[in-house]
Amino acid sequence: MKNPVLEIEHLRKIFGNFVAVDSLSFDVEEGSFFSILGPSGCGKTTLLRMIAGFLSPSDGVLRIRGKEMNSVPPNRRPVNLVFQNLALFPMMNVRDNIAFGLKRQKLDKKTITFKVDSILERVHLQGYGSKQVAQLSGGQKQRIAIARSLVLEPSLLLLDEPLGALDLKLREQMKIELKKLQSEVGTTFMYITHDQSEALVMSDTVAVMNKGRFEQIDTPRELYSNPATSFVAGFVGETNILPVKVISNNPLKVATLFGLELAGVTAGETTKAKELDLYIRPESIMLDPDAGLQDINKFSLHIQNILFDGSNTKVLATIDKSDTEITVALPQSSQFAHIKKGSVVSAGVHADHCRCYARG
Amino acid sequence: MKNYFRLGLLIFLTPVLLWLVLLIVIPHIELLLMSLKGTDDYGNPAWTFSHYATFFNEKIYWYTFVRTAVYALATTFLTFLVTFPVAFYITKIVSKKFTGFLTILLLMPFWVSELVRVYGWMILLRESGVINHILISLGIINTPIEMLYNDVTMMMGLVYTSMLFMAVPLISSLEGMDDSLIEAAHDLGASPPTIFFKIIIPYASHGITSGAIVVFMLALGNYLTPTLMGGKNSLWFTEQIYNEFIASFNWNQGAAFGFLLLLLSSFIIWAGLKLTRQELGRALS
Amino acid sequence: MIRTLPQSGLYKIAFRFYVVLFYIFLFAPLIITCLLAFNDSSFPALPWKGFSLDWFLANGPDRVGLFHDRSNLSSIVVSAQTAFWVSLFSVVVGTMGAFLFEQEDFPGKQGLYFLALTPLVIPGVILGISILLTANSLGIYFEDNFGLDVPFLRPSFWLVVLGQFSFITTFVLLVVSARLKKFDRSLEEAALNLGASRFEVIRYITLPFLRPALIGSGAVAFLMSFENFNTTLFLVGSETTLPINLYLQVRDGSTPIINAVSFLLIVSTSTIALINLLLSNRKS
Repeated sequence: MKNPVLEIEHLRKIFGNFVAVDSLSFDVEEGSFFSILGPSGCGKTTLLRMIAGFLSPSDGVLRIRGKEMNSVPPNRRPVNLVFQNLALFPMMNVRDNIAFGLKRQKLDKKTITFKVDSILERVHLQGYGSKQVAQLSGGQKQRIAIARSLVLEPSLLLLDEPLGALDLKLREQMKIELKKLQSEVGTTFMYITHDQSEALVMSDTVAVMNKGRFEQIDTPRELYSNPATSFVAGFVGETNILPVKVISNNPLKVATLFGLELAGVTAGETTKAKELDLYIRPESIMLDPDAGLQDINKFSLHIQNILFDGSNTKVLATIDKSDTEITVALPQSSQFAHIKKGSVVSAGVHADHCRCYARG
Repeated sequence: MKNYFRLGLLIFLTPVLLWLVLLIVIPHIELLLMSLKGTDDYGNPAWTFSHYATFFNEKIYWYTFVRTAVYALATTFLTFLVTFPVAFYITKIVSKKFTGFLTILLLMPFWVSELVRVYGWMILLRESGVINHILISLGIINTPIEMLYNDVTMMMGLVYTSMLFMAVPLISSLEGMDDSLIEAAHDLGASPPTIFFKIIIPYASHGITSGAIVVFMLALGNYLTPTLMGGKNSLWFTEQIYNEFIASFNWNQGAAFGFLLLLLSSFIIWAGLKLTRQELGRALS
Repeated sequence: MIRTLPQSGLYKIAFRFYVVLFYIFLFAPLIITCLLAFNDSSFPALPWKGFSLDWFLANGPDRVGLFHDRSNLSSIVVSAQTAFWVSLFSVVVGTMGAFLFEQEDFPGKQGLYFLALTPLVIPGVILGISILLTANSLGIYFEDNFGLDVPFLRPSFWLVVLGQFSFITTFVLLVVSARLKKFDRSLEEAALNLGASRFEVIRYITLPFLRPALIGSGAVAFLMSFENFNTTLFLVGSETTLPINLYLQVRDGSTPIINAVSFLLIVSTSTIALINLLLSNRKS
């Protein structure tokens, strides 16, 4: 990487017998929006707290802008953290909250006032300086917490699931705002979340974390369309998982438990196992596929239920005569308007979209 | 990083250790040592159990000791009986807007020195006191009655002095009790006594224990009320300690008495906590 | 049974009657004491001989009012000074203790916490005599070995302060700990993260949060010290505190001047207590 702001080498954290973070090595590029996506308990918060300096690593090296940070206390690190619960100081007004870090740097009053005013403007809250924290709405608190950290111009801004407490509508709006803000200020953001849509929408790079390790570090697009492991395939985006047996290799041909034969591709770690898991995304299943298409696995679907959700509508259907149920995306065009419960439709899926992973 | 936080620990730990070691631990060891110091047959300093022997041999001493313990226990129980209905009334029966006012009203007298409160009772109850004056002017009695200087009055004084320390934990634990618990019990067909013994008392047991511990300790260690309101026969063990220290100037004997009183209070508090299965930390906080 | 459930009329009336009696019982001695401070009589007793401020203002030769009574006035000053130092020291050490037990971890913490609670369950008389004995032994030790006379090791003003401090600190510790328990530790981490040192965190974040508890426990510590009798009794030197001075007067017979002192005490302590309560109510 050309210009890493954060370099981590073989970082480990062990609590008793529990390995929370297991020998991680990665870099974060200057100016990027980097997300760590993982289920709760995967070690992402531990990692974040080690970067912020609230936990000391059991092993490994942590460098920010080339300087080793292991022995630097949290208050001397050039990183700032936006807390999950925001941790705005209730005993101070908005201006004092934002000025808190600047005052610790012993800047003169004029500079502090100027910096606070310009960051307030940046987060579109000019004139809110004298408000009490309790008077703010959820979204405003959010922006103040981010402003409080950003005003210190950190090398790296850490965000620990700061959108978790917001309601759905506001969260959608804040996602866009955060991404805009990051590209405007150019500060490197490191964003921790368990919500895949937050990670995918905002990030330049996403690291998917599981059991203390990174499964894959990639762009959101690659992560979605080309997951490196079965965990990533299952965790990022919706997917159907079918257990299959290998019939032949090169090209790969597999059979489901109910006897449907499918052409597919191997993905993830290479394996010689005869039993694999087949991953198919709901939107890669075509309804009424054109007869002329190449490399298509064909089968019929018996519609069991329609889950209407606007542009995100799906159907639950069983394949052929089996009782194996899968989810299929239903495009909202008039072409499929006739489909209803009990209909039988022909369907197909391209062999490239039938990704077979070693059973995890 | 480690040292960085250790410094904070040291700064907090030092004054606390100084306080506890210099003012609590060492003085109580000194109390024990003093109680064991005496002179041998030749008048030289020696270790001895003679001060404890005196306590067991002189009937008046251990009689006072047992009496003090029993009366202190009785005070604790009576204080609970007197205070509980009021705490219950304040928190559960009276309209909620009066709860705060009645609580403050209940606390106010206790901010005033115990001495003033005892003095107030003295001018009410003594032979030339206000109550006698009123009774005579109403023609109910002809000659004034001495209502001070007996055990009943002394007990009343002890209960009066202790009420706050029972009322506060009772009110706070009853306040924390959701009314719907009682409503649910009522709805399920429980009678008031059942509700009282099966729901309310168990719920308030934490408050009752903390109140009881403090009340007992204060009654046991009280000096003012027994000396000023009790009669000649209303002996109280703290008076014995005071006499040894100030009147007889026999500090070793006084130390022995003090240590015995400390043992007694520790034992009864320990037993109380064991019986109600509580810990000191929880009971006091 | 309770306000939301149907109650019989008798239950309600009996209960109300009891509570009224209770409050009369509670206030009777105090009200009588206050009233008799203004009786134009040489004894704190009825009959009422008319309103008089003699017991506050008179300056001899028959009656000496409180404001001209040297001994009572100086004991009030001594008590106030004692209470000032005791509340200052106990708030400082009690708060440090609260930080120690709530925020630090060290071996033997449980045991030390238990020890820190014990002063509340040790009878005050025993605290008094054990501190007296220790101070006395120390005094003898300094005298014998260094030929030093340490006046404060004899019953004296500072020994009273130490004696009261020894148990009032536990009270402050409990009050401040309770508040500190409600403190969101992420605020501290946020301040550290924004570049504050450990002590700046305490100065700007934690202490402002604790302020109501500090003021409240300080006020209560002041009152506890001001009215303390049991511990003080054994440690007091020539500078008698007000409760001790009053005790000596009550024991040796009474004059309405005691009522006058009591009146002032009742009025001023209830004012402090009321302000304290109002402040804490408004905060919460």
